[in-house]
Amino acid sequence: MKYVAALILGLAVGAAVFVVALIYNPFLNTQNLSPLTVTGAQTITLSYSAVAENNIVFTNDGESETNPYPDRVLQLWEKPIRQSSARVALLLDGRKQPAGVGVKISSLSERTNLLGGEALVDSIWYIYLPGKGAFFIEQSENYWNYLRQIVIPAHRSSADFWKGNWHSDITYGPGALRTAKVTGGSGAYQGYVMDGVESLSTYIYSVSDGPVSAEGRLIIELPSLDNEVL
Amino acid sequence: MFRTFIIGIFLGIAATAGALYAIPAVDLHRESSIITVIPNGGNTESFHINVPMDRIMAGSRGQHEPLPAGMEWPTDTVLANVRMELFKIRNARDTVVGIAARTAAKDDETNLIDWVLHLPARGSFFVSMSPVAMQGNYRIGVFSAGTSEFAQLKGTMTERWVADTSGEEDAPEGRIKLFAQYVGAAVPVDSDAAEPVE
Repeated sequence: MKYVAALILGLAVGAAVFVVALIYNPFLNTQNLSPLTVTGAQTITLSYSAVAENNIVFTNDGESETNPYPDRVLQLWEKPIRQSSARVALLLDGRKQPAGVGVKISSLSERTNLLGGEALVDSIWYIYLPGKGAFFIEQSENYWNYLRQIVIPAHRSSADFWKGNWHSDITYGPGALRTAKVTGGSGAYQGYVMDGVESLSTYIYSVSDGPVSAEGRLIIELPSLDNEVL
Repeated sequence: MFRTFIIGIFLGIAATAGALYAIPAVDLHRESSIITVIPNGGNTESFHINVPMDRIMAGSRGQHEPLPAGMEWPTDTVLANVRMELFKIRNARDTVVGIAARTAAKDDETNLIDWVLHLPARGSFFVSMSPVAMQGNYRIGVFSAGTSEFAQLKGTMTERWVADTSGEEDAPEGRIKLFAQYVGAAVPVDSDAAEPVE
């Protein structure tokens, strides 16, 4: 009997050791420098609040850490969309002036590979910027660093709270350099395929409410309209 | 006993690694697609939205009753001529299969109606509609971009409003019917050997 108990205890310790080693494995750091930070091309930089209460609408299955906003918004409880969320946000330009509106629809990705440090979300953005046109952004996002540097420490904290200054690119593809694919839908960039990157800055995270102070940023690399022809 | 404990630790590590490798962390629910093959090539698939039940959001300037209740559509002049709606979309079996956003906007340079459909586990596509309604009171648009299973597809989509005439008490006011027609884009099997298609 005591051998069985020792084996079960060993199994539990082994599982715990593996999980801890996975979370704190320094070789699974997926943080990278976005190629768009060193681009010489013209870019559009847009920012939005990553806090649900500061968006126009945010909805999910209603059981996640981030609560839907407003309270009476329709929730995504049906099976095929239960692991999805939708956000409608006012987009601000580089001078923090309103530039347009965007809708982001995300779903957990079946390509998620926790052993490889990939907590993936597949998402799309539809962005409309009056005077510039519409853009469709397709991307995979990796929340591995977000989970282990913000969410897990918040859960471990006795106050169920994380406070700090965290900034990272979250775009993880489909571009070879971990960039998003941006398609111009109308306006001057109609038909052009461009690169983009989304990044996230988080300052306060609460276990009960999700991000309390956070900002998202989208950078779109524009083509040179004078030289390039599709 | 100590040796059993150590063996247990290694077994625990192996079992956890094996479980993480073999068991998918995310398993999205799939509704089987209801696709019809059309005689001249391509496939069709229809979706619909029961209005108002499936409308998540309707945002525009000067709304008397915001939807959802409590929503504040920005009053900035930049969004003065923008109307954005968010819906759940259903397949032909009336099962919710995805989320869609419809944007209508008009300004000096742009006059657009765009749809974005997101079907988890299948992908998303972006359709730019012709702002002018066709004879028969429907609009047609072309696929501008797609992801996952829609990435290699071209095609069109129509939108049509069909008012409910059943008179049933709990019937929707009507349906927005979306009819998508997919055509596979030509992809050379061997890009080195293939001749460009004229």
